[in-house]
Amino acid sequence: MQVTRQDILKVASLAKLELAESEVDFVADKFLRVLDFVAQLNQVDTTDVEEMAHPVDVHSVLRVDEQGASLSRDIALANAPKSDGEFFLVPPVLG
Amino acid sequence: MQLEQTSAVQLGKKIASRELSSREVTAHFLKRMRKHDGAVSAMVHVADEQNLLSQADHVDARIARGESLSALAGVPVTIKDVLCVDGMPATCSSKMLQNYRPPYNATSVQKLLDAGLVVLGKTNMDEFAMGSSTENSVFGPTRNPWDLQRTPGGSSGGAAASLAAGITPLAIGSDTGGSVRQPAAFCGVCGLKPTYGRVSRFGLIAYASSLDQVGPMAHHVEDLAAVLEIIAGHDPRDSTSLNLPMPRLVDSLNQPLKGLRVGVVSEHQHHAALDPDIAAAVQKSQQLLQSLGAIIEEVHLPHSQYSVATYYVIAPCEASSNLARYEAAHYGYRAAPEPSARKPGGNLLEQMMVASRSEAFGEEVKRRIMLGTFALSAGYADAYYKQALKVRRLIANDYQNAFKTVDVLLGPAFPTPAFRLGEKIDDPIQMYLGDQFTVEANLAGLPALSIPAGFNSGGMPLAIQLQAPQLHEARLLNVGYQLQQSGLFSPQIAKQFT
Repeated sequence: MQVTRQDILKVASLAKLELAESEVDFVADKFLRVLDFVAQLNQVDTTDVEEMAHPVDVHSVLRVDEQGASLSRDIALANAPKSDGEFFLVPPVLG
Repeated sequence: MQLEQTSAVQLGKKIASRELSSREVTAHFLKRMRKHDGAVSAMVHVADEQNLLSQADHVDARIARGESLSALAGVPVTIKDVLCVDGMPATCSSKMLQNYRPPYNATSVQKLLDAGLVVLGKTNMDEFAMGSSTENSVFGPTRNPWDLQRTPGGSSGGAAASLAAGITPLAIGSDTGGSVRQPAAFCGVCGLKPTYGRVSRFGLIAYASSLDQVGPMAHHVEDLAAVLEIIAGHDPRDSTSLNLPMPRLVDSLNQPLKGLRVGVVSEHQHHAALDPDIAAAVQKSQQLLQSLGAIIEEVHLPHSQYSVATYYVIAPCEASSNLARYEAAHYGYRAAPEPSARKPGGNLLEQMMVASRSEAFGEEVKRRIMLGTFALSAGYADAYYKQALKVRRLIANDYQNAFKTVDVLLGPAFPTPAFRLGEKIDDPIQMYLGDQFTVEANLAGLPALSIPAGFNSGGMPLAIQLQAPQLHEARLLNVGYQLQQSGLFSPQIAKQFT
């Protein structure tokens, strides 16, 4: 399978990462080496094998829908890169 | 008596009987930390001395009143910087979280505090627990106390080094693909990865959620048992935590091993990359177990050769999803200045997020996020992610089959003793291949224990690994303890720190 420089830029963009022009080749080289390495999994015959997403049987766990304690606004905002004391502030999405 | 040579369980007994105070013990380790941490850089945050000593006084006062807290009340512990401790930073050794201060305790930490343990500080790690050498840290690398030119392993390298340098009697790490067991092996200490779900992951900053597990590290096997008894258990805040009783661990350390069936994995023991000294250490352990009445059998794990590739698809996929939460809006690093001009087709919010993530994540973290994003993307998910999940099933089945005929598996923890700083950092494949004996326990959710097994001619620690079926930590610790008692190793601080 051929993965191109364009593919790598697309993956970076999907992952909300930006590669500087100067680092694309470096990143692509190591990325492709790892991809080649994991491609060996396609040698394994997995006909009729069920996927295993989790190491133990996981069941949906429900709890009673009751209001509990939560963080105060001050504490919840304490780690915000930017806030006005009431809301998290971010650059405009529109406009 | 040298306190740093004493087991945590013994320290706990002496504190409980008031032969020693928690204040004396805590002050002793704090003093050693001040003296020795400069050489190894195990710590990324040290608790405020006054707070720490008043915490210790508080425990002493409760003991004096006759309260019974736990076997380890008053004993100090270090916490890997991937776990949240209220009042301390939780950085994951990443620029992304360098200023993050969690407003709560991880459940495992809360349980330790409730049991009267005293948190000395936070230990260095590979960024977001991604790495095998603690070189991927925004704080710089931690050094191996047995040879400062070598890595302590990773990602819980700071935790292992904090023990080997004798600056704490206990450490808590996390293990996603070997991150407790491999640094324990490199630094000559014991490390346990419990069964998936034994310990709550609430407050453990997520890397790969179906593989991550919190684990104890110490010089003595009995200390691992005592810590796991405290931190294990169901947590309503982690729906994957097991709602099953934890058998008594400390009480079963002395069970006789007569008739125990021990499997030696052929694919591990005859692996081309295995250092002959480590193969010999496994053989020596085998002989010791035989002398204790165990029966040795050869077993096979036919899909073992695919475990590293399976891990390096599944873990990055889960990481790409987990690390999507770092969007620079609620917490974490935000790039400055914020973008003011909109790029074609974009918006300022997204540009801010992209700039922040690109500046704050290190190379290895970016690579794993991108690999996961790729392996989950349209057109590739079947060939990579789903295929890896199927091979994961085959690997887990191999273990199930092996455990039909044996009770525990014995083998190496890592192919070599600690490698040099810088030796593998530029070659991800070489770095990843080292994880071949440890990732399987995470993929299959099994408990696994790494314990020291002597030294090579260069004075570097050697180690072996024991693995058991899910939920059988008691058996693992029993075997590990018996090996320790029969002379496989005697716990020790690295020479230059004695």
